[in-house]
Amino acid sequence: MDPVSTEPKLRLLGGRIPYIEGPLKVSGRAEYTDDIKRPGMLVGRLLRSPHAHARIVSIDVTEARQIPGVHAILTGEKYPTQFGVLPITHDETAIAVEKVRYIGDIVAAVAARDEPTAERALAAVRIVYEPLPEYTDPHVSAEKVASPIHSRGLNGTNIQKEVIQHFGDVDAAVASAAHVVRVRGRFAGVTHAFTEPLVTIAESTPDGRLTVWSATQVPHYLHRALSEVLGIPMHRIRVIKPEVGGGFGGKSDPLPHEIACAALALETGRPVKMLFDREDVFLTNHGRHPTENDVRIATDADGRILAYDIEALIDGGAWSSFGTVTTYYNGVLSMGPYRVPNFRYRGRRVYTNKPPSGAMRAHGGTNIRYSIETAIDELAERLNMDPFDLRERNALPPNSTTVNQFRITSTSFVKCLHAARERSGWDGKHRRLPYGRGIGLGCGFYISGSNSPIHFTPKMPQCTVHLKVDMDGGIAVHSMQADIGQGSNTLMAAIVAEVVGVELDRVHVVRVDSDVSPIDIGSYSSRVTFMMGNATRKAGEAMREQLLHAAALLTGYPTERLEVGLERISVKHRPEVGVSYLEALHKAMERTGALLATGSYTSPPMGGDFKGARAGTAPAYSFGAYVAEVDVDVETGEYRVPKVWAAFDCGRALNRLAVEGQIEGSIHMGLGQVMGESMNYRGSRLLNPALLEYKIPMPQQMPEVECLLVGDADPEGPFGAKEAGEGPLIAILPAVGNALYDALGVRFTDLPITPDRVVRGIEQRTAAHRSWKGA
Amino acid sequence: MSDPRILRLRLNGQPLEVSVPPERILLDLLREELNLTGTKRGCDLGTCGCCTVLIDGRPTLSCLTLAHLVAGREITTIEGVTPATGLNPVQKAFVELGATQCGFCTPGFVMTAGALLREHPHPTRQQIADAVSGNLCRCTGYSKILDAITAASRGP
Repeated sequence: MDPVSTEPKLRLLGGRIPYIEGPLKVSGRAEYTDDIKRPGMLVGRLLRSPHAHARIVSIDVTEARQIPGVHAILTGEKYPTQFGVLPITHDETAIAVEKVRYIGDIVAAVAARDEPTAERALAAVRIVYEPLPEYTDPHVSAEKVASPIHSRGLNGTNIQKEVIQHFGDVDAAVASAAHVVRVRGRFAGVTHAFTEPLVTIAESTPDGRLTVWSATQVPHYLHRALSEVLGIPMHRIRVIKPEVGGGFGGKSDPLPHEIACAALALETGRPVKMLFDREDVFLTNHGRHPTENDVRIATDADGRILAYDIEALIDGGAWSSFGTVTTYYNGVLSMGPYRVPNFRYRGRRVYTNKPPSGAMRAHGGTNIRYSIETAIDELAERLNMDPFDLRERNALPPNSTTVNQFRITSTSFVKCLHAARERSGWDGKHRRLPYGRGIGLGCGFYISGSNSPIHFTPKMPQCTVHLKVDMDGGIAVHSMQADIGQGSNTLMAAIVAEVVGVELDRVHVVRVDSDVSPIDIGSYSSRVTFMMGNATRKAGEAMREQLLHAAALLTGYPTERLEVGLERISVKHRPEVGVSYLEALHKAMERTGALLATGSYTSPPMGGDFKGARAGTAPAYSFGAYVAEVDVDVETGEYRVPKVWAAFDCGRALNRLAVEGQIEGSIHMGLGQVMGESMNYRGSRLLNPALLEYKIPMPQQMPEVECLLVGDADPEGPFGAKEAGEGPLIAILPAVGNALYDALGVRFTDLPITPDRVVRGIEQRTAAHRSWKGA
Repeated sequence: MSDPRILRLRLNGQPLEVSVPPERILLDLLREELNLTGTKRGCDLGTCGCCTVLIDGRPTLSCLTLAHLVAGREITTIEGVTPATGLNPVQKAFVELGATQCGFCTPGFVMTAGALLREHPHPTRQQIADAVSGNLCRCTGYSKILDAITAASRGP
């Protein structure tokens, strides 16, 4: 051990730490919301609009209310307060008021003694609709329309948000460029397809309190929205997050059904459970936006990037959701991993009469990255440069500032490139595999937590963690950070165990409960490891200090002469002199009883001084370089991805098991978007709201994945860590697209790349590529 | 709803006699009436595999099975394959190798994997992938699930 180091040598962190809830999950004993039963619990059900865009002329619930066993039926006018995840775009209501905006919009909610009774009640609700013009084409929505979907659309259009940014001088850069490549791409909407359906239980009690259990990624935003819409102060609402069966962004907005369920609980005085079926889940959506990108990249003769010029039209569906952020991200998240000296972006997000889109894993950074990486691959072809060399030449340097004033601290992007190139045997394979087989490179860049916390006034830390330890020596950890399966509870416990110097099984992460959990703003923007990790570390250090002081009293040595080992505090270089953890703890408790400690995280000031400057600012960024191999059946257009080399810079990986799990899961999800996932519409009607028709990749379609964790420690991340939850998704999409180009000589600019598109691509291959690799 | 009728079966090794309406689905019987909530409800349409139980040892989707159709059969749920203390070898491997993330699909995988290993004690990776292809997982990308089942097949 290094005698001068003040840093405790890491015992757990950096290794492979099995998830602490694992034993509960594999035995079916982990408690999800639908596993909870409350005494006298009623069934909540929703009536959904069959019209995509219509005025509600009248709703008559008289007959429905008289059905025996119906306890309450609610329509929109009772709670008309608008809400939404972003404070600047509140445009949703718990239940539709005056009009409906998509097929599936909620028009009534019922609480009944059982499901058949609830269904009968919904069937007895009489609604007269006056249909309005439907807007399903984003291009139409971008123009002036006869009957705007929301009154807040820009100048009589359905444009929800327009972002225009220009840094440097793009026209001059393009004029001086040796090469300009333009890539236009269309991206189908995709959705999260988490396995646990959305579900909420609400219970109002005679003490004037409301308790809500919900499958949510952001208990705090739900807490706020419930308070705002229901008009109940936050301290009288208790939000509990049981285990959550996956989220991927789809459980990050406060959702209308959660509020409707709580409203039914208030109305009945009884607990109400609202469990969604799969169609409900698909209609709630909030998945990745259908998007059209038009990207131009200009370089000089040596391949140095001179400018990006980007236009995007983003189909938002019926509500704003995270859409303003999406619109910014689709531009500004192209600021890495390459240096871009001149940048112009016009992004528009429009309302359409379709289920709302929102945040999905690698939100805002996925579709644009596919377009850019496709363009970069094409540039390499034109420049006759290796795609790795071109990217390395343009790599964003560490400790630099982008043209839009993002602060880049650590980046191991070049190390990612080197690792992926070497391990994949790229130089022997690129353009050298037989026709129908190919290898491709794609790269990624993502925020490690948004610097700009949504909904946060007054300014408070983005995360707070409390520790409590009593005489039994067990450490209870409280935080509203939301583990949705990614392993954040495990990391939180491991950081506490590491810093306080105890066995992992002494640490107990208390279920998220707003009555006791200090605020954290939840699992989104890939923020948890970075922000919760730092807050937890500080809390652990505060606890350690108390134990050190007690140990100093017991040993007679000053604290600076002591060091914390596993379950023991001893004198440096005299390990035989010391006290056990419990001895130190009990001494420390003599004056105050149970020990408490707190830690929090606030991101440092950063970003420029212009409209929208905060969008995309983050205390750190992740980087990735993935190589994928493809094997195409050129007759049927079907293809396999047998192997992926995933080099990723998440700083220092604190739990390698979890980081690998995030990378492998991201690759699965990204492959789904490449190979076939698509929310299919006929006009305004979603055609495939079920897991049989919306197919995620099967186990047989998963490639062998080699994870290459090459990141250097980040200066501000907890123990040097950065995010690994969302960024790992991004690079797989263009890696496969570019591998298909290598295999076939065909550029696929649109997603998904289904077999019929592959066959059509081969048939339409341009003259220049007609004899691609001897085909 | 029609009148309940008596249903007799064996559940997790014990005889069970219960009064069940004829339209009751096995998943509802297990979760809502018998409080065996380890079996998960993911889709109710037979598309996700979260509700997998064993009927006479064969993995079956309980959401597509009428309760009365299993009269006289042996039903095994995740509760029935979990030892009173500790975990079975498949469960241990899932924990140690990180094959469970959100965990919602996990009981279904454990049931399918257990049945596979009884039939094929040493399956190939391809056989494992084929066997679990009716169980959806959106978190892990299946890699660590296949690793865990392989590890369990090799013994401790």
